[in-house]
Amino acid sequence: MTTTSPTTDGDPTTYTMVCRLDQIEREGGVAALVGGAAVAVFRTYDDEVFALDNYDPCSRASVLARGIVGTRGDVPFVASPMHKQAFDLRTGHCLDDAAVRVTTYDVLVGDDGQVLVGGVRSSS
Amino acid sequence: MTPTPDHKRLTLVVVGHGMVGHRFVQAAIERGLTETYDVVVVGEECRPAYDRVALTSFFEVGAEELSLLPGGRYDDPRVRLVTGTEVTGLDPETRTVLLADGEVLDYDELVLATGATPFVPPIPGKDLPGCFVYRTIEDLEAIREAAAGATVGAVVGGGLLGLEAANALAQLGLETHVVEMAPRLMAVQVDDAGGAMLTRHIEKLGLTVHTGAATEAVLGETHVTGLALRGEEPIAAEVVVFSAGIRPRDALARAAGLDVAERGGVLVDEQCRSSDAHVWAIGECAAPAGRMYGLVAPGYSMAEVVVDALLGGPGAFTGADMSTKLKLLGVDVASFGDAHGTTEGALELVFADAVAGHYKKLVVKQNPDGDGTILLGGILVGDASAYGVLRPMVAADGTSGIELPANPEDLILPASRGAVEIGLPDEAVVCSCNNVTKGEILARVSTGSTDDERDDEPCSDATCVTRCSGAGSTCGSCKPTVKKIVEDHFASHGLIVDRSLCEHFGLTRQEIFDVVAVHGYTRFDDVIGAHGTGRGCDICKPVVASVLASQLGGHVLAPANRPLQDTNDAYLANIQKNGTYSVVPRIPGGEITAEKLIVIGEVARDFNLYTKITGGQRIDLFGARMEELPLIWRRLVDAGFESGHAYGKSLRTVKSCVGSTWCRYGVQDSTSLAIMLEERYRGLRSPHKLKGGVSGCARECAEARSKDFGVIATEKGWNLYVAGNGGASPVHARLLAGDLDTETLVRYLDRFLMYYIRTADRLQRTAPWVDGLDGGLDRVREVVVEDSLGLGSELEAAMDAHVDGYFDEWEATLEDPDKLARFVSFVNAPGTPDPHITFREERDQIAPADSDGPVVLGATIPVGAPTAAAAVAR
Repeated sequence: MTTTSPTTDGDPTTYTMVCRLDQIEREGGVAALVGGAAVAVFRTYDDEVFALDNYDPCSRASVLARGIVGTRGDVPFVASPMHKQAFDLRTGHCLDDAAVRVTTYDVLVGDDGQVLVGGVRSSS
Repeated sequence: MTPTPDHKRLTLVVVGHGMVGHRFVQAAIERGLTETYDVVVVGEECRPAYDRVALTSFFEVGAEELSLLPGGRYDDPRVRLVTGTEVTGLDPETRTVLLADGEVLDYDELVLATGATPFVPPIPGKDLPGCFVYRTIEDLEAIREAAAGATVGAVVGGGLLGLEAANALAQLGLETHVVEMAPRLMAVQVDDAGGAMLTRHIEKLGLTVHTGAATEAVLGETHVTGLALRGEEPIAAEVVVFSAGIRPRDALARAAGLDVAERGGVLVDEQCRSSDAHVWAIGECAAPAGRMYGLVAPGYSMAEVVVDALLGGPGAFTGADMSTKLKLLGVDVASFGDAHGTTEGALELVFADAVAGHYKKLVVKQNPDGDGTILLGGILVGDASAYGVLRPMVAADGTSGIELPANPEDLILPASRGAVEIGLPDEAVVCSCNNVTKGEILARVSTGSTDDERDDEPCSDATCVTRCSGAGSTCGSCKPTVKKIVEDHFASHGLIVDRSLCEHFGLTRQEIFDVVAVHGYTRFDDVIGAHGTGRGCDICKPVVASVLASQLGGHVLAPANRPLQDTNDAYLANIQKNGTYSVVPRIPGGEITAEKLIVIGEVARDFNLYTKITGGQRIDLFGARMEELPLIWRRLVDAGFESGHAYGKSLRTVKSCVGSTWCRYGVQDSTSLAIMLEERYRGLRSPHKLKGGVSGCARECAEARSKDFGVIATEKGWNLYVAGNGGASPVHARLLAGDLDTETLVRYLDRFLMYYIRTADRLQRTAPWVDGLDGGLDRVREVVVEDSLGLGSELEAAMDAHVDGYFDEWEATLEDPDKLARFVSFVNAPGTPDPHITFREERDQIAPADSDGPVVLGATIPVGAPTAAAAVAR
């Protein structure tokens, strides 16, 4: 389940295979256990994948994977299923409260259709 | 009138606590008169002032709803209200009044607001038991009691009040006759042709109208048996109501030697001051310039004038707009300005449509100062929708008016319902009850208060304007005009009220419902592709999901719709603060067998769930992890339970009492009806959650009137109430129709619910939905009961389709591996419970344990085994 594979820029990063892409609904999400943490993995309408902490800091519950996925302007986002705060899927920024942000993870889809989640992304 | 030098407080006594007396006290408080005066109000009736104009609705809404002072006292401590006490004497010399209980009140100023008394013609038999007048709540209670044992009732008098009384008798289930001496009904307000149209409408409702008929005697020995008419067959009737006009109650003033008018009423000047400088008279007991006014609006004006005069102001009462618009027995009737064309040079424009039952007449004349015509007055019968536009166009003095368009007939032709386009000048009085002009309404929306000393925020909508200015708050007939003025104002400032759902749709929920119906869409992608932008959000997706579910049925977790579903629908359970869910099996009508109770108990015990009884007479099981939901439901479905839809914007419960089966007071089987209704509407997706209730008698133990639909048993069948709710803004449901058989009840409910689902806004409950409709509850009644849009069968068919297509969502989910696949804690570790969820214990049950941040397990993933944290919790 856990593999070490080269990333595009060559850094050795541990990637965890979580599921096949077709196990995630378009504009849906799944929760995965990655390195002991609950990670929400989302698939957009255009088959892009994003990974955020599953923990919603606003409601203090591990639920983000169950939120509705959509767009605000050009920003792909997930709305927390608890109180509907929106989080930018690309950066983890809360679109309703600039002070709030959730951790994002590297994620990619392998040639075999498997979704791989890597380490915590450095803040950008 | 001004404070005495030694600042001794003065006393103001008000005799009479009807609508006008109450208005006077309100104005006295608002305008600061109570800074100088202690006010004592003496009312003869046992209850404080109530809305006599709406008296007919007493049977429907009860006394409490009619009250103008529901708390029974004024907030201002300087006002003392004495009810149930008659004033028996007045001595202007000593400035005292004598109360029936012997108390003597000193006054500095006295205001008579004693109102009027019904006129009973001096005919033989008028005092027989079974004869009534129609003036007070007590009168109506007595009529109701008498009607219980009667089959036929007759009203003497076919004026405005007579028809109100006839309406009351018809509501009570009596075969009703109206006897009017004049050649037509409502002789004061309408002309012969209008009266004939009104008669046709009323006879279509099953009432019998006798015009040009003089009542010679009430027949009967010990009790009323009928009416003798001159030159006609007598009418058999066990109840007779006299409603042949009113007479001012001026006895106190007469006895005290004050001047009274020739035709009755305390003679007063333009300040409403009587022949004694310290005695004033307002409302129906007063006769300014010798004329008595039998409407509430002039009475209100007089009340304001006297408050103004006592404050040293210049106000004067110089006559009143006697325009009337009302709905009598469901028929719109309006009369305004010079309705009978008595002005010199008056011309009439008449439109009559006998099939539709419309009669409309405009009285116009050449504009003395221009080429066109000006409006003097008019009569509208059957369709009074143009009243709001027309009445303000009539000049109060009958000479200068607003010039009419070149084709004034457009104003009354059926196509001109939108004729509100015609500009009103700012000084046009839009609300004649509260004397609010168009200019004042515009000031409210642009700058806030019209009073410089108050810096209120500008009003944001018509409802706010009504609240702040009073426009539309009394009879409500001008509400559409107020709304139109407000909307036009915002539109002209580029501030179109944006009713778009969200950034993705420039449509309202109702418009989305319509495009889905018209185009037959079955998928969100098609709807947003054709009518929206972007990929949607947490607002529009659940709306489209709900609309698709309402129209198509189908499973909410079907692949195309699944990602649209809101939090709770997405997992067919109610999410709780720690990410677990609660489970509510349906218990229709709250009736459950011991066996099923045991199953619920066993499931709760085996899964360690917290249990609580809900307000909707069922049982909520809390603390289920998402991955446990299918296991729990397997047990419940096997035991015969089905989804309770506690998670959906859909029907929740129909609460009931045990009804006539067990209760010694019950008159109908409320439990059976509640179960039938709950099973009929279960699973129905709607703009907001829906609740129902059925009570087996008037004691209302099921609290049905706090529900979106409430049914209360009567001796004859069921009364159907709609648009109530509990919650943050509690509203009592109001009567839609009475004494229905079960089949009719279900038909009306089908129509009501489908009409709501089709036209309500997102998350709009039934009460604000009804309030927001033009015409409010009357509109709902037209559509649902009278089927005025001809939509009835379509709405019923839509409901039948729902009923036929119903299936249990949870049972279907258990049978579908694809749907079940989502119910896992982690997609890559389905056996690992979410470590973030922990519980503590409280009163022998579990409760969510608070947590401060994400829980990270060790670097190794303990696949398949419960974590330490979870093991502790369970």
